[in-house]
Amino acid sequence: MFFEYLILLIAIAYIGVLFAIAYYGDKRADEGRSLISNPYIYSLSLAVYCTSWTFYGSVGRAASAGVGFLPIYLGPTLMAALWGIILRKIIRISKTHRITSIADFISSRYGKSPAIGGLVTIIAVIGVTPYIALQLKAVSTTFDILIRYPASISPAAIVDNRLLDDTALYVALLMAIFAILFGTRHLDASERHEGLVAAIAFESVVKLLAFLLVGMYITYGVYNGFGHVFDLAAKNESLAKMLTIESSGLQYLDWAWLIFLSMMAIMFLPRQFQVAVVENSDENHIYKAIWMLPLYLLAINIFVLPIAFGGLMHFPNNIVDADTFVLTIPLAEGQHSLAILVFLGGISAATGMVIVATVALSTMICNDLVMPILTRIHLFRISEQINPRNLLLTIRRSAIFIVLLMGYLTFRIIGESYPLVSIGLVSFAAVAQFTPAIIGGIYWKGATKHGAFAGLTAGFIIWFYTLLLPTYAHSGWLSDSFIQNGPFGLTFLKPFELFGLSGYNQITHSMFWSMLANLGCYIGFSLKGHRSGLEQSQASLFVDIFSRPQQSGPEAFWRGTATVADLQILLARFLGSRRADETLKNYAQRMHLDIEQLSSADAGLVAHVEKVLSGAIGASSARVMISSVVKEEPLRIDEVLDILDETSQAIAYSRELEQKSRELEAATEELRKANDRLQELDRLKDEFISTVTHELRTPLTAIRASSEILYDNPGIDEYKQQEFLGIIVRESERLTRLINQVLDLGKIESGKLDINLQPINFRDVISDSLSATRQSYIGRSIHVTNEIPDDLPDVFADYDRSIQIMVNLISNAFKFCDKENGRVTIRATCENNSKVRIDVIDNGPGIEPGQQSVIFEKFRQAGDTLTDKPHGSGLGLPITQKLIEHMGGRIWVESTVGEGSTFSFVLPMARSDIQNRNQ
Amino acid sequence: MGYKIVIADDEPNIVVTLEFLLEQEGYDFVVARDGKEALEQVEAFDPDLILLDIMLPEINGYEVCQKLRENPKFKNLKIILLTAKGRQVEIAKGLALGADAYITKPFSTKNLVQEIRTLLEQEA
Repeated sequence: MFFEYLILLIAIAYIGVLFAIAYYGDKRADEGRSLISNPYIYSLSLAVYCTSWTFYGSVGRAASAGVGFLPIYLGPTLMAALWGIILRKIIRISKTHRITSIADFISSRYGKSPAIGGLVTIIAVIGVTPYIALQLKAVSTTFDILIRYPASISPAAIVDNRLLDDTALYVALLMAIFAILFGTRHLDASERHEGLVAAIAFESVVKLLAFLLVGMYITYGVYNGFGHVFDLAAKNESLAKMLTIESSGLQYLDWAWLIFLSMMAIMFLPRQFQVAVVENSDENHIYKAIWMLPLYLLAINIFVLPIAFGGLMHFPNNIVDADTFVLTIPLAEGQHSLAILVFLGGISAATGMVIVATVALSTMICNDLVMPILTRIHLFRISEQINPRNLLLTIRRSAIFIVLLMGYLTFRIIGESYPLVSIGLVSFAAVAQFTPAIIGGIYWKGATKHGAFAGLTAGFIIWFYTLLLPTYAHSGWLSDSFIQNGPFGLTFLKPFELFGLSGYNQITHSMFWSMLANLGCYIGFSLKGHRSGLEQSQASLFVDIFSRPQQSGPEAFWRGTATVADLQILLARFLGSRRADETLKNYAQRMHLDIEQLSSADAGLVAHVEKVLSGAIGASSARVMISSVVKEEPLRIDEVLDILDETSQAIAYSRELEQKSRELEAATEELRKANDRLQELDRLKDEFISTVTHELRTPLTAIRASSEILYDNPGIDEYKQQEFLGIIVRESERLTRLINQVLDLGKIESGKLDINLQPINFRDVISDSLSATRQSYIGRSIHVTNEIPDDLPDVFADYDRSIQIMVNLISNAFKFCDKENGRVTIRATCENNSKVRIDVIDNGPGIEPGQQSVIFEKFRQAGDTLTDKPHGSGLGLPITQKLIEHMGGRIWVESTVGEGSTFSFVLPMARSDIQNRNQ
Repeated sequence: MGYKIVIADDEPNIVVTLEFLLEQEGYDFVVARDGKEALEQVEAFDPDLILLDIMLPEINGYEVCQKLRENPKFKNLKIILLTAKGRQVEIAKGLALGADAYITKPFSTKNLVQEIRTLLEQEA
């Protein structure tokens, strides 16, 4: 008996230490000097994941399944890698919308739906209760083992059902008191419990140290290190097999599902959501936790296999429950103080889980289950005299008691017949049902309330039927005939072989069907259904959280107005008058409003108060409360229809806008092209002017210099005088020609050219042109061949312009033909009995293929204009081309480099000649 | 006197006037009709000054100027760019390439002669 009291005393003293830490943490938080706001405490608090399941159960699992205990820790390790993306988003959303629990999160996402919040709460409570039972079982079992050793070590020995002597009941009560004291100390708008988190982090340290110590003791004290234990195990036939994947009794599919389950559990178990999201003080803490939590998991698992092997070798023939090896080995070795330390570690693991879980569940029960019902029946109207703060706290405290009581009852029903790990997995499978609603909710805007509700319901029902119910049945509280034969003898409904799917373990089987139904309903209903305005707004607020400014909210959805006084009273009722005043003052300051002057609140203030209130009572309840003080009930059906209507109008409008914006884009593109074209033209014009200027300057230079010389030297000899006067005359002519060409070009381009089309004889044109250009080949040896048939038909053209064309082509040919042995041929032929074709052929250097089209552009002569001194103005060919085209003809060039060029053009034949020829 | 000058220009009528002006001043000169010839004449004739057009066949005036300036042998050679290219950027480019003066066409004969005198006397 003395030992029993000593242990009790130590346990109570330890819990006293936890109280002290929690109290200190809360005090520091009140002073504004947070104890827990650092990534290390945050990571340790996440280790609340390691419960009695880990502390006792891992060894038990390893003793029967070898490495089969691992997937539960591999999952979180894998998940941690994704935290920077997923968890950060969830935290950001939760901070922005003052989310208080996972039920609140899901309900907020789906239009603040109270139905979804309630459903999630129910799933969480039912799902997690066995998990709580597991902790109670662990604590009471280990306590009994400790005080009754060695009589109690075998599982069969613990059959003691006297209620008042039941350790588990006292454990449950003690935990309830702790949870109430630190989980419901005050009603806070942020729903954070710093003291509690500090205590949890401390417990994480204690359980890790205790486990490491006992691990080292067994590995190095009882045996001689890892090598020794594994050597001994390898020599034992049954143990040697356990180091293989096959021995885990798990197929690869089972591994995959277990890893998936634990990946989801590390985020969506209500207590994990509580510590990871609600209690998070800085989202950057995630980045340290990403490696610290997996490190913690590694450390707490490193001695699992040695302890399991040690235990199996220590207690052969399964006389001791492997779940208790960490305790029974030290006891068997007479290490009582170590055993007590291990017991404290176990208490830490269990209490941490139970307390956080019950606090999280009580918040959910209060905010998402009870409050929505109470607000519906108008219990909190401002006119009512009930103090809602006290009522809220009472609800939460009762909820904690009820949850622990349920845990206790579950423990009494199923606790004895199941190992720790199996019970835990049932809970994991329950919370995994939240996965589609949450992950889909933060990445898929199209997900709807109906989809989420249907998915959750379907998944939950299958989970309940294929996992929870059989668990109860196995314990003998239900007839288990339906497991063997199916309900009413319907074999396809056998809970472990639903629709004939057999050959998998229970978890894999249940997860397959429940996730299939859950996802199927979630996606199917979402795609089919339509969404209310609030749902749409919440969906985009969640999905686009990172692309939105921090403070924007769905303010537009409050269409009525409320008085500031009403809002203040409402806030004061839930938060106390000091915090209510602060809230309003802060808001007024931020928006630069004078709160004293403000009598009616705008939509922004109403939305702000709703958000603050959400932090205390959950989103859906806050919404109802606010609607009670806002003048026009915003949720009246016609209002909702208005909103919907507005939304659909907005959608139509936005489609129209999209269309407009596409048109605008197209127009912009066209404008851009036009602008580019204009700029190109502008550049060409600049170039043109610059070139014309240059071309004008050259003759002008000669004229000016010659004139000045003549002027300055009156006595200059006659020969010189003649020379300079000659220069002036020739260069003036050149200038005139150039100016005329520029003017011509201007006329042609603006369509003002005078053209007198009539039948003309091109033989005359050619001979006139040759005499006009004769001067330019005087003194050069150029052989001109004239190949013009005598019966060349008349051409329908302008005579003067035709001469202009021919003079240009002939002088070009003279200019470019071979310097020593120039040959120019002019040929005329009839084409198709409708056109006359003229070829001017030279034996000059030829034109590069790339240059052949360029030469018809203004001032673009073949060759680099900078080094090849232009032999003309650069306007001759462009003018020629334009003239020919103007008279209905066409000009082109064929040329071979080194051999010469042929400029050809066709002009229409005069009509009389066409007729003559056709006769 | 006895200064030597290269005229690099391909407009015959302009060359005629330049020849007259230089002769009147008593300078020795040779004429180059393109950029390549200009470089050859400078090499062969070793002038004190070159009147350099920019729009020259073969090698343009900018390049000729650059090549002359790269050769330390001609560091005392004065270069006058005499060109119809009169835009600000073109002037800046010419001077940046090392020309001593930039005169745009059409030029004043008096100014040109004065500029030549000044540059040549600088050297002395």
